[in-house]
Amino acid sequence: MNESLYVQLLDLACGAFVLAAVLVLWRRDLGAIVRLFAAQGFALAALVVVLGAHDSDAGLVAVGVAVGVLRAVVLPLLLRRALPAGGEARETEPLVNVAASLLVAALLALLAYAVTRPVVALEPSPATHAAPVALTVVLIGFFVLATRRRALAQVVGFLLVDNGITALAFLTTSGVPLVVELGVSLDLLLAVLVLRVLTARMRAAFGGTDLDDLQELRD
Amino acid sequence: MTPAGALGAAAQVVLVGAGSPLLVGAMRQVRARMEGRAGAGVAQPWRDLRKLLRKEAIAADGTGPLFRIAPLVLAATALVAAAVVPIATTASPLDGSADLFAVTALLALGTVALALGGLDTATAFGGMGASREMVVLALVEPTILLSVFALSGRVGSTDLGAIVGSALHRPELVVSPVSLLAAVALAVVVIAETGRIPVDNPATHLELTMIHEAMVLEYAGPDLALVEWASAMRLTVLLGLFANLFAPWGIADASGAMPPVIALPIAMAVFTGKVALLGGALAAGEVFMAKLRMFRVPELLAGSFVMALLAVAASYFLA
Repeated sequence: MNESLYVQLLDLACGAFVLAAVLVLWRRDLGAIVRLFAAQGFALAALVVVLGAHDSDAGLVAVGVAVGVLRAVVLPLLLRRALPAGGEARETEPLVNVAASLLVAALLALLAYAVTRPVVALEPSPATHAAPVALTVVLIGFFVLATRRRALAQVVGFLLVDNGITALAFLTTSGVPLVVELGVSLDLLLAVLVLRVLTARMRAAFGGTDLDDLQELRD
Repeated sequence: MTPAGALGAAAQVVLVGAGSPLLVGAMRQVRARMEGRAGAGVAQPWRDLRKLLRKEAIAADGTGPLFRIAPLVLAATALVAAAVVPIATTASPLDGSADLFAVTALLALGTVALALGGLDTATAFGGMGASREMVVLALVEPTILLSVFALSGRVGSTDLGAIVGSALHRPELVVSPVSLLAAVALAVVVIAETGRIPVDNPATHLELTMIHEAMVLEYAGPDLALVEWASAMRLTVLLGLFANLFAPWGIADASGAMPPVIALPIAMAVFTGKVALLGGALAAGEVFMAKLRMFRVPELLAGSFVMALLAVAASYFLA
């Protein structure tokens, strides 16, 4: 692959990756949030495949495809089935309102750039230059976890954190071994399955998944 | 000032001045056709302007000089912006001084003058419209600056002509994440700044929703004609700036081989096509969209601000 084309594709994938995370903060509709998460999974897969194609590493390309299948297809499908059939399809009242959380996302992006400067300086290459993007997604994921009330939005926040960590791993190291990536992916799948069951149980028991209502014990 | 720059600026002013009401007419016509109406024709805004200009100049009781000056300032700033923004040529006659900040300040000056004019009438609607317009302006201004600033990073200059020229020579920059983020951010603020759906509805006089129309409610006759003409010019200039920043092909290049006498008419024709296409797409999009609640507008604009900021960050860190 030609070097400038590689940088362009890499930057494009990183741009789509961080854009999807910001849009998750922007949208209230839970269905749209799941769709954005799927788009982000696709961007992550594209990122890994581009890295693999540049290094002519067939194993990395295979990992990328596997990442894409899991994060762009399987997990969104599971999340979509956890969406309630009627009602509660929106994140009505996040703890921090949408306009403020978008500005916080901007600050988190700047923080990520400031924090990762030493990492980038270690070995400047197009891939490590994109490391702040991955850290931004991790921070935005934590922010979603902290400020959203609906269980499904929080699950997406958790998955954003994981997407970010995965992207960071691929960008700063020269490829994660297949075994490690497989272990992480299976863990993730299991976590989402458990969380999905938990969400369904919560809805069956309390009629809603607003986690702020679950702060005190009752008989 | 070079002769080519002067010629280009004159051509741009004539093109924008004469063409902007036609653009508004074309957009209304697209809307009308998509809604199943016949429409009034592309030249209707010009006929409206002619009708208004023939009327007696009249000012509301108790209004001061500010009310009378505001339309003039609005039209003057729009004309100067039309002259210095790279519309048909990248050779601006005021190179060096007419950069991104000057153009943004010019457009803001026009908006502020009109808002003061609206306040001067001391009617409820004028004040309401002015305060809403200021809310939108305060959120739009930083985003315009940031999104164009993101594009200026790779050129090392805030001169709009230089930015457009660099995109012309290096077309691969147009699909970079910086450009894409900045394009989305700029599209949102152009819609907000020109008062189109979903931020404002140019076709309504419903008191709860109008922003721009509330400010100009007390204007009549030639003053109203001036305000409407200036609004159309601002729409054309902003759409043209957007088109040329992200799809600069066809513009007369300052350092190009073609003499300006040949390049300018081509550039003007291409520009007309680009702006008509953008305007048509905007009008078609409006048919399918509802106006946002006023309280949701800051959310939309904050989102576009974040994208502009990410574009700036990406232009420094990914490069």
